[in-house]
Amino acid sequence: MADLAANDPVLLTTSDGRPLQEALAQAQSKAKWRAFMLVAPLLAFILITFVSPIVQVLHQSVYNPKFSENMPQISAWFDQNPNGTEPDEAAYTALVADLVAAGAAKTVAVAGERVNYEMPGTRSLFTKAGREAKKLQPPFMESLTKLDENWASPELWGVMRRVSHAYTGDFYLAAVDLERSPTGSIQQVPENERVYVNLFVRTFALSAAITFMCLLIGYPVAFLLAALPMRYASLLMIMVLLPFWTSLLVRTTAWMVLLQGQGVVNSLLVWAGIIAEDQRLVMINNLMGTMIAMTHILLPFMILPLYSVMKPIPPSYVRAARSLGATSWTAFRRVYLPQTIPGIGAGGLLVFILSVGYYITPALVGGASGQLISNLIAFHVNKSNNWSLAAALATILLASILLLYWLYDKLVGIDKLKLG
Amino acid sequence: MVASSPNDAFVAFEHVQKSYDGVQLVVKDLNLAIGKGEFLTMLGPSGSGKTTCLMMLAGFETATNGEIKLDGVNINEVPPHKRGIGMVFQNYALFPHMTVGENLAFPLEVRGMGKSERDAKVKRALDMVQMGEFANRRPAQLSGGQQQRIALARALVFDPSLVLMDEPLGALDKQLREHMQYEIKRLHESLGITVVYVTHDQGEALTMSDRVAVFNDGRIQQLASPSDLYERPDNSFVAQFIGENNKLPGTIESINGDHCTVRLANGEVIDATPVNVSEKGAQTLVSIRPERVEFKTEMMPEGAHTIDAEVMEFIYMGDLFRTRLRVAGSDEFVIKSRNTMGQRMLRPGEKIKIGWAPQDARALDPM
Repeated sequence: MADLAANDPVLLTTSDGRPLQEALAQAQSKAKWRAFMLVAPLLAFILITFVSPIVQVLHQSVYNPKFSENMPQISAWFDQNPNGTEPDEAAYTALVADLVAAGAAKTVAVAGERVNYEMPGTRSLFTKAGREAKKLQPPFMESLTKLDENWASPELWGVMRRVSHAYTGDFYLAAVDLERSPTGSIQQVPENERVYVNLFVRTFALSAAITFMCLLIGYPVAFLLAALPMRYASLLMIMVLLPFWTSLLVRTTAWMVLLQGQGVVNSLLVWAGIIAEDQRLVMINNLMGTMIAMTHILLPFMILPLYSVMKPIPPSYVRAARSLGATSWTAFRRVYLPQTIPGIGAGGLLVFILSVGYYITPALVGGASGQLISNLIAFHVNKSNNWSLAAALATILLASILLLYWLYDKLVGIDKLKLG
Repeated sequence: MVASSPNDAFVAFEHVQKSYDGVQLVVKDLNLAIGKGEFLTMLGPSGSGKTTCLMMLAGFETATNGEIKLDGVNINEVPPHKRGIGMVFQNYALFPHMTVGENLAFPLEVRGMGKSERDAKVKRALDMVQMGEFANRRPAQLSGGQQQRIALARALVFDPSLVLMDEPLGALDKQLREHMQYEIKRLHESLGITVVYVTHDQGEALTMSDRVAVFNDGRIQQLASPSDLYERPDNSFVAQFIGENNKLPGTIESINGDHCTVRLANGEVIDATPVNVSEKGAQTLVSIRPERVEFKTEMMPEGAHTIDAEVMEFIYMGDLFRTRLRVAGSDEFVIKSRNTMGQRMLRPGEKIKIGWAPQDARALDPM
């Protein structure tokens, strides 16, 4: 009888006759909905404060309507006439009409700014024309070039044609030191204007160096933390965490006090007779200052994941290796070190990602040679007002970090990452 | 096999002391000689110093004082990796990032052995513990018993003549533990290795060992074969630590060579064998194993003193009956009788007389 029941499954029902499967699904869906409602505020918070700004930045890096919105008629003319068409009277008429309208709406400077990104020195051309345009008489080709002969420049017209499209990849070109030649082909910018590629290289190289320094200093500290008796370990832990709880600005300025020419470190060295008075080391407002201060500031981010990985490794592993005939170095290299790789990966990734985007410390102690890409992004946001270029730089930074993350996943495996 | 003097010992501890903090001695004047091919167990409660002794022998702790010799050579200054001692750890300590095969190859690799020879030895060691199929697994994919076998194989793969085991079966369930006990015993016999085994499980110690060293308070309380240890404990600590044991406090009434009578608190007199009491009137603790107590008059030894007892509780345990009695004012007295044909089942409240052969009651120090 039991066999019969097993071979011929009866439809299970609830006591009031509904199919059990359906009733269970319904009961569970209610629980799932309730669970979703619990995380909904967090989800909304993340969407509003994290995802949407990133999407906006991404959009901004390829979309800049400053010219096309404020100069609609000349933009339309560019659309109707293919590249290479000599600007005719109709073009000038449209241009002047736009200048008049934009001048009245006080937006001509905005349009000029967009052209100015591509062709420095043209901003004033636009603001001046904006003021004078309404006094001009047809034929406009003649009267506008009379106002300023630069209006006849083929280069200017080439640039205006390019910026007349709101969607453009030009900011990405600029972000990697490339530009479009007047004929439309892509070329490198003149050597003395190349900034960004070098800065990216410097940022990544410095971040790698800082990560390495943090690992070098942090590994023994984390090992001690894991190996010492509780009493000493908690004291050491406080020493690690105390700077972590101190304001970033305080720590950075403390380094300024220590490292400057008349600072503590130099004075001690002079006092000890190691260097002469006129040989004071330049340790700040350069790459070295950035490196020292950032290594110190980011050290806890390396120590804590390492510690959390080392803590549960029982001492019997190394003992076993020793009893099996390994020297202490072999035991470390073959048995201990491989087990701390998840911590090295997590700490390294954390420190590297943080230092790639670090802003305050390089801005304060980096001087000219210690500036990182983030400082230039800040410059384009705050000073030059070229948000699209800032967005393009930031997007490249984001993409390279995602690439790194993907690479880490391929090589080590993201499931091995252990942050604490 | 059993080393009697330090001179023919394979492993010797000579006046070894150990202190971690410089205030308290964890090991106090340890003298121990272990013969080649012997299976010696260090047994004791936690904190008795047995693991410290094992760690000193392995080289992970240094002796504060005294000498440790291996095959006649002082090894106090020899680092652990040069001692060539195999060790099985409490939680196996199999390297989690290596496969079983790599774990076993590790001691051979660090000795600079070639790959083909390595593979052959690894295979032989795995076959020895019946784990030949598992060379490519990770330790985490194995059950506790399987990990235990691998740990054993790894400690043996480089042919050490001495193997140390630190509570290797502690994490296994009862059935598996018993099975592994026989397995380890079999390996010990077939390979002819010397084994020093640390455990706090007396059953394990009695089953496996040639000799057992009972540790307490940093000293060896008794070093003897399992049967001597159980039947002829030297002092109250050993008597109580090994097996179940009834204690009757009293004073020595008369003493005559290897026989004495003891007056209990309620005035009754019993027979006993003096062990570490020597004079009349001394305080003593008489120890009797529950299975050596007799309550059937026809089975009682000739001329034995009997005392009154009242049955408090009767427990049916299958192969045994365990009966708790009130004897001489204490109701903690236990007797065990085998469930043989026609065995009497005592009833609570029943009044009986009990007795024993004088050599089974040992008058020990009062603790």
